[in-house]
Amino acid sequence: MTAVASGAPAIELDQLRFAYARRGPCVIDIPRLVVAPGERVFLKGASGSGKSTLLGLIAGILDAREGCVRVLGEDLAAMSAARRDRFRADRVGVIFQMFNLLPWLPAGANITLPGRFSDRRRPDGAAALDAEGRRLLTRLGLDPDQVWSRPARALSVGQQQRVAAARALIGRPGLILADEPTSALDADSRDAFITLLMEECAASGAALVFVSHDGALARHFDRAEDLAALNRARLAGAAS
Amino acid sequence: MSAAPILSLAWRSILSRGLTAALTIALVAVSVMLYLGVEKARQGARASFENTISGVDLIVGARSSPVNLLLYSVFHIGDATNNITWDSYQQVADAPGVAWTVPISLGDSHRGFRVVGTRAEFFERYQYAGRRPLRFADGDAFDGLFEAVAGASVARQLGYGVGDEIVVAHGAGAVSFIEHDLNPFTLTGILAPTGTPVDRSVFVSLEAIEAIHLDGATGRGTGRTSAELEAMDLSPDQITAFLVGLDSPVGALRLQRAVNTYPREPLQAIMPGVALAQLWQVVGAAETTLAAVAAFVVLTGLISILISILTSLNERRREMAILRALGARPRHIFVLLVAEAMLLALAGAVIGAGLTHGALYLGSPLLEARFGIVLIGTGPGLQDLIVIAAVTGAAGLLGMVPAWRAYRQSLADGMTIRV
Repeated sequence: MTAVASGAPAIELDQLRFAYARRGPCVIDIPRLVVAPGERVFLKGASGSGKSTLLGLIAGILDAREGCVRVLGEDLAAMSAARRDRFRADRVGVIFQMFNLLPWLPAGANITLPGRFSDRRRPDGAAALDAEGRRLLTRLGLDPDQVWSRPARALSVGQQQRVAAARALIGRPGLILADEPTSALDADSRDAFITLLMEECAASGAALVFVSHDGALARHFDRAEDLAALNRARLAGAAS
Repeated sequence: MSAAPILSLAWRSILSRGLTAALTIALVAVSVMLYLGVEKARQGARASFENTISGVDLIVGARSSPVNLLLYSVFHIGDATNNITWDSYQQVADAPGVAWTVPISLGDSHRGFRVVGTRAEFFERYQYAGRRPLRFADGDAFDGLFEAVAGASVARQLGYGVGDEIVVAHGAGAVSFIEHDLNPFTLTGILAPTGTPVDRSVFVSLEAIEAIHLDGATGRGTGRTSAELEAMDLSPDQITAFLVGLDSPVGALRLQRAVNTYPREPLQAIMPGVALAQLWQVVGAAETTLAAVAAFVVLTGLISILISILTSLNERRREMAILRALGARPRHIFVLLVAEAMLLALAGAVIGAGLTHGALYLGSPLLEARFGIVLIGTGPGLQDLIVIAAVTGAAGLLGMVPAWRAYRQSLADGMTIRV
């Protein structure tokens, strides 16, 4: 499988450097990384390799101090914090390791949450967004009638991760960022989850950046990168 | 993102912490209820107080203190230090500039209600609440010797109607051992409610007071026949006080000085308005303290909101990170928490105001019946809205403390929680 090579790259990092404190140690130093539109990339990274920081930079929650972060053709460094937040709301879906959902909201409301922050993610109104959420849930192997109205905290971990995937995919963002979304799942449901996620990304044309410490998952993806090799920053806590 | 989705998120977040939220709301509700209750009682008491008597230029009684004279002559609280002689009364009544006088004789009671010996003219002269005259709900003023008029509360509580017979007792207590039961009175009229001590009084003629005390002050009354009594001169030797109306209120000060320096007897004249204000100063100090205490209780309620949100912050950092990842700006996180504080306060304040008015609605008849206190002008109104708005606004201000912390945290945390 090859990436669709049309349009701007989903991600383009150039001479990216980042440190949390102004004079603190550099935790990210990546000369170059490009993810094509619709491409599904596996990013292998041990804990402490700066993967969450990298995702924060790509999502525009963290502000790059040096270098260039272009996401879906837009230069995040040139945007204000508020515009980056809006950009993320409009164009990026995020799945975390665990505890993706607001426990007190029903699953359905969790899925449609991005529509609350972005008009672009609900172009056809609330009812259409609900319908899409239900469709995504069905595609991800959950019965919407059973889980839609249940509070998120009442769902199993596997169900929660699929609800989280539906939330990331809703409104067709151009880029999905997944931070170890399968670490809480057993081997079987993990493979099933990845397959579903890949299919849905393909269906919506979204690029996927999937970060995990587990190199065995790389076989599912178009391309695999090792963060330890990409990132030249020497991390005190690096486990590799 | 508009305000409505944030509000609904804030509200659902509150609901998810049901018990804590309910207790916080309850605390705010109780504190607002206390505050509003004190305020309503304060205003009601004050209005009722100021409305007690009007249209009377001077009250004259034995020399004591103005507040004391006011208390026993108008409010029927406490007893007169001394009586004044009929002679002195005549002197003042005949003084130039005096339009009318109504004598009052106190000292007897009927089942805990004061009996006021006076003239039928009292019902025309006594005014309350900005010159409203007394009105008869039923019947008419007394005319014959052993006839009486009952105030509204007396009639309602004791179930009296026109034509009923009542017995007057000596002294002012609720239970009396000496009843003038030889001379029962017939009720000829029932007054309409006024919210003043008049409601809790029974009115008889001065002559009747004289008659029941003819054969010894503490006896059962007089055994003489009505024909005998009618033949007698029953003008009293002494009265307790009298109300004075002047041709022109300008003369009040001059007459007051004349009365106060009356050489033959220690008399005292007071202007009801001035004495009411003096009395209110005494009562008002306690009232202000009470209001201050109530205000601090409201502050306690608000601080409880602050505590409940602050303690929830750490366990909710994850939530904030999720919201940030979904595109919520730090500003949204800030608004979310301020909205939570305000919603808690709003719910508490509305419930508190509701409870206050519910309690007033249920409790005011009891208050009137037991203590003769009529709360005037305490219906739901602008003041409640102001209190609700103030409590909500103050909660919003206090809510900025946890909101600011969450704002800082969400900036530092980004998408990952580094606890």
